[in-house]
Amino acid sequence: MAQYMVTESVTEFFSQTGQSVTNGFAYIGSLASLAGRAAYYVFVGPFQGKPIRLQRAVSQAMEIGVRALPILSLITYFIGLILALQSAYELSKLGAMNIVPRAVALSMSRELGPLITAIVVIGRSGSAFAAEIGTMKVTEEIDALETMAISPIHFLVTPKFLAMIVMLPCLTIWANFMGILGGALFGVAQAGFTWMGYIQASIDSLFLRDITTGLIKSIMFGITITTVGCLEGLSTGAGAEEVGRSTTRAVVMSIFLVVIVDLVFTGLFYFVGGR
Amino acid sequence: MVSVRDLRVSYGAVEVLHGINFEVKQGETLVILGGSGSGKSTLLRTLVGLERPSSGEIWIKGKNIAAISQAELDEIRKKIGMSFQGGALFGSMTVGDNVALPLREHTKLEESTIDIILRLKLEQVGLAGFEYYMPSQLSGGMKKRAAVARALAMDPEVLFFDEPSAGLDPIIAAGIDQLILELKRAFRMTIVVVTHELASAYLIADRMVLIDKGNVVAIGTTEEMRSSSQPRVRQFLDRVAEPEVSRESDYLSMLTEHRRRSG
Repeated sequence: MAQYMVTESVTEFFSQTGQSVTNGFAYIGSLASLAGRAAYYVFVGPFQGKPIRLQRAVSQAMEIGVRALPILSLITYFIGLILALQSAYELSKLGAMNIVPRAVALSMSRELGPLITAIVVIGRSGSAFAAEIGTMKVTEEIDALETMAISPIHFLVTPKFLAMIVMLPCLTIWANFMGILGGALFGVAQAGFTWMGYIQASIDSLFLRDITTGLIKSIMFGITITTVGCLEGLSTGAGAEEVGRSTTRAVVMSIFLVVIVDLVFTGLFYFVGGR
Repeated sequence: MVSVRDLRVSYGAVEVLHGINFEVKQGETLVILGGSGSGKSTLLRTLVGLERPSSGEIWIKGKNIAAISQAELDEIRKKIGMSFQGGALFGSMTVGDNVALPLREHTKLEESTIDIILRLKLEQVGLAGFEYYMPSQLSGGMKKRAAVARALAMDPEVLFFDEPSAGLDPIIAAGIDQLILELKRAFRMTIVVVTHELASAYLIADRMVLIDKGNVVAIGTTEEMRSSSQPRVRQFLDRVAEPEVSRESDYLSMLTEHRRRSG
């Protein structure tokens, strides 16, 4: 009897693991399919008589990009300051305070600039995408679009997709700059730099590659955030509480997948692009 | 105009519609009657291509929409209009933009022409002068009228209504019935209405289909239905309550049945 129960629980364990893995792959598959269709409408559609709704894309860009500037500036400024403090803690022991600008500039532009920007945008826009599309699903507006022969992906997802892949790199550049400024506050106050001297030292320590790898990552993050937010919205069930659930899932899944994408691309750049 | 043959629809393993057959003739108003959970809403959603049937045929304007490509389905959809239960107006657009949306998407008309058409459509449904209102500023009945105006925008040949009078007070609901009657008289439009409101069904229908538990129980003209002696039809038309579950064993078997289905 006991042996039977053990066998059963082992079987159960494997079947549940298998189920989760299958679901995971299915989820990635539907993300890829949605991203592919949105990309089609952005890059191919306009040449086949399916113009992009520029007006909607611009208003999305305002919402995703411009309105995020104040909070993003504040956060990345403080992150830059924190980075300077943390690196100075170790570097001061070596008497190498003059490499603080380099440490801050590199960590910001290669990693933290794109990542922090992505997380701020997930909180502001990824959740909003899921909530907006989810509510439209619940109130049958998505069905209404379909019965009017208007593709919900073309109508709703494409403008967000376009706005996101344009705005996220822009925000990232701004975030890098604000981070360096944050570091400069410490540099000027504690490490004997002048403002211009600190910024010059930061610029000197950056290669173009450091910035472009960050920007490539930020484009991938943008695709991830839009696709997850919109997919969660589109797969919302019936009822208001489902919208809340989709929104939560959109935020959690986006953060998780952004970190995974970050890992993959950082690894890729490390092994392929030279160090 | 619309012809449904042996239509079956399933959600997962559960079959909701078990072989539906009926026809809608050019210019007639067909009312699909049925109680809650009878499958009438699923039937309507399948008719406009929102659900895929598991088998059977749906012929609209000479095409079997159960077996055509998305592009062909979209061509058919431009010639049908659908008014949803809650209106399903886009909350971020004005009423005018809502009505103009299909025109802007599918035609190359000048903006001034679109403006004239949308005013005409709003006038037809009794909402002249409301084009700059947001849907949230409209009452329930006005939302439904605006939704009808949007459904009419492309001059459809078939118009589908999902529960047109649900959630409205009797006076406003009567107004929507009048609107449907006017559309029928003035434009000889083919109309399919899904409802459980008997009074409204008697008023607008040329013919009725009664759906129960995913099957067609009866089809006929309003008079034929009224004089029908079929028990299920009588029960629905005379509004007789379902006998309550009285025996404990019945209740238990109902519960286990439900468990088995959902589990």
